[in-house]
Amino acid sequence: MLSIKNLKVEIQGKEILKGINLEARAGEVHAIMGPNGTGKSTLASVIAGREVFDVTGGKIIYKGKNLFDLSVEARACEGIFLGFQYPVEIPGVSLVNFMKTALNEQRKYKGLDPIPAKEFLQKMEQTKKLLEMQTSLTTRSVNEGFSGGEKKKNEIFQLAMLEPTLAILDETDSGLDIDALRVVASGVNKLRTENNTFIVITHYQRLLEYIVPDFVHVLFDGRIVKSGGRELAIELEEKGYEWIRQHT
Amino acid sequence: MTPILTENTFKEKMLKLFDDNLRSNFSSDNEYIRNIRKQAIGDFVKFGLPDTKTEGWQGTNLSKPLMLEYKQHFKPFEKDVDVEKIFMCEVHDLESYLFTQLNGWLVFKDESLSTLPGGIVVGSLASAFKAMPRVIENHYARYSKVSNNGFVALNTAFAQDGLFIYVPDGVVVDKPIQIINIINLTENLFIQPRNLVIMGKNSKLQLLHCDHSLLHKQSLINSVTEIILTENSELEYYNLQNKDSDSTLITHAWVEQHSFSRFLSNTLTLNAGIIRNNMNVNLNGQGCETNLYGLYLVDKEQHIDNNIMVDHQKPNNNSNQLFKGILDDQARAVFNGHILVRKDAQKTNAYQKNRNILLTDKATVDSNPQLEIYADDVRCSHGSTVGQLDPGAMFYMRSRGISEDVARMALMNAFASEIIHKINIAPLRNRIDEMVTKRLRGELSICDQCILDCNERRKYSFDIDLSRINC
Repeated sequence: MLSIKNLKVEIQGKEILKGINLEARAGEVHAIMGPNGTGKSTLASVIAGREVFDVTGGKIIYKGKNLFDLSVEARACEGIFLGFQYPVEIPGVSLVNFMKTALNEQRKYKGLDPIPAKEFLQKMEQTKKLLEMQTSLTTRSVNEGFSGGEKKKNEIFQLAMLEPTLAILDETDSGLDIDALRVVASGVNKLRTENNTFIVITHYQRLLEYIVPDFVHVLFDGRIVKSGGRELAIELEEKGYEWIRQHT
Repeated sequence: MTPILTENTFKEKMLKLFDDNLRSNFSSDNEYIRNIRKQAIGDFVKFGLPDTKTEGWQGTNLSKPLMLEYKQHFKPFEKDVDVEKIFMCEVHDLESYLFTQLNGWLVFKDESLSTLPGGIVVGSLASAFKAMPRVIENHYARYSKVSNNGFVALNTAFAQDGLFIYVPDGVVVDKPIQIINIINLTENLFIQPRNLVIMGKNSKLQLLHCDHSLLHKQSLINSVTEIILTENSELEYYNLQNKDSDSTLITHAWVEQHSFSRFLSNTLTLNAGIIRNNMNVNLNGQGCETNLYGLYLVDKEQHIDNNIMVDHQKPNNNSNQLFKGILDDQARAVFNGHILVRKDAQKTNAYQKNRNILLTDKATVDSNPQLEIYADDVRCSHGSTVGQLDPGAMFYMRSRGISEDVARMALMNAFASEIIHKINIAPLRNRIDEMVTKRLRGELSICDQCILDCNERRKYSFDIDLSRINC
């Protein structure tokens, strides 16, 4: 699914990622943990295609394609989804229109006709139920005036609507209370299949109690310094990041 | 009869024209009108026309259009024009009382002044001068001020026709009144329409004013509209401007509000040659509500200048201004918004905002929000922004698979929609929404009109007896 080889990334001349290697196959859930400012969000943004970063080395292969050859929107149409740490407000664009446009743009890319209106509405209603979302949210402007929790739920809502094959969740748990966290996690769990891959970026072990990862990677100072199974997250929670610092 | 302007000095030309007409076309005016004309031509001589050194006019240079030669018609003129072939209203489902002004003169069928249900009088101002002298004396030229702006004086000196509306006390007009101002002539034309809207106590009206030019000839329009809202009356005033690049449009709206009156204006500029809109609102009562909205979408060499003055003369009034624009190519926009809160105008709430999106480096905006406050218990704010489309929102949309072009369109539409949603006439709102989308896609030509259609493929759908134009 995804193969990252020796990825080096700079922003304004400052090296953020210093050689990342990561292999993720279909059906797997990878967790990336690490303290603030170590490059977790940068990695997520580079995969999604944000242009403010300079890639200075390495490559990312996704489904056999060089990701750097694809535009942001083409990556999305190829099945990459980024759940934003800070979802963007778009005043004047209703969530329902936004979603319909996104779905149809992705269908167009695949040579499909636009989704029939009825089918779209049904899908949207089902997805809202899955995430226990307020019905009125979809008629409002995208993220405008949404609470922190609603914004994060909205990211998972979009994920469920677009059904990507590679979903990267960038600190989806931050700003969520325990009830919302449970809803979001159960939503993600229902969307897991043997054909898709999740990369979950988080500070805390808590989310991983609900979304159980197959692999845990610790990102520190622009490098993955430790990889392991689920138990690594627990160990990390017990010993703190200081433990990593001492071992690198 | 149709003097051609050839001399260099605009002022001299106008003076000579005025003297000629005083003896001929203006000779049937009553004394009140004649005195107003004479006073006005004096003011015009005194103040002259503004240039780029005049306060409030720095952003708009009119020297080029003023140098051109135009014809002026001081009589409804004969013209072999089949209006039926020229245009039709394309705002479907909009039921309105429709009036047309062709080359400066109101077109009418049976009566120059119609009486609508409830005793509403609508029609030609020229006829109202004669038929309703007392109403005219009470209101005409009472609200417009000359100040530093000789255009208003010039209009007042020469004005002969335009739309006259009188809504009696307590009457709610059942459908919008629509006036379409068309320029359709094979020669350059200078016209000075004059409109007067009188709202009786507790009355209510929606008024739609469309400015359009059909043939690609130079035109100069200097219009003045006076609006009086007496106690507890309500007017919604929509202006739709879709002008070709050879036209210069200078509009002045003078609005006088009495207590508890409500005024909403929405000026939608979809194409401009040079447009300068002046709007002056005097809040001369308490408990008034004023909402002034504007949207301008300009490209190429187009120029739009909105000049707003809200004068809070009395306490306890609310006013709000929101003007938004999208500029492409080398287009230029000016916004001068002025809120004046006088000493007695305590408990004033006055807000003003101007927001602009520049799509190129060459487009320019000159935005000057101004607050002038002499009272101490007021709530006022002003602000202006000039920027590009939000890159964060662009990335967010693209990351969902939406292509750059579609995302850009969606963001521009969203930006404009805030103003479009302030249109309370649903069919008009829907049509404007479509037009703005087309405009932003670059598909709205000056001929592909909302209101009018210059192509002969469509027929004009309402009935005007053209023989009346030739009177």
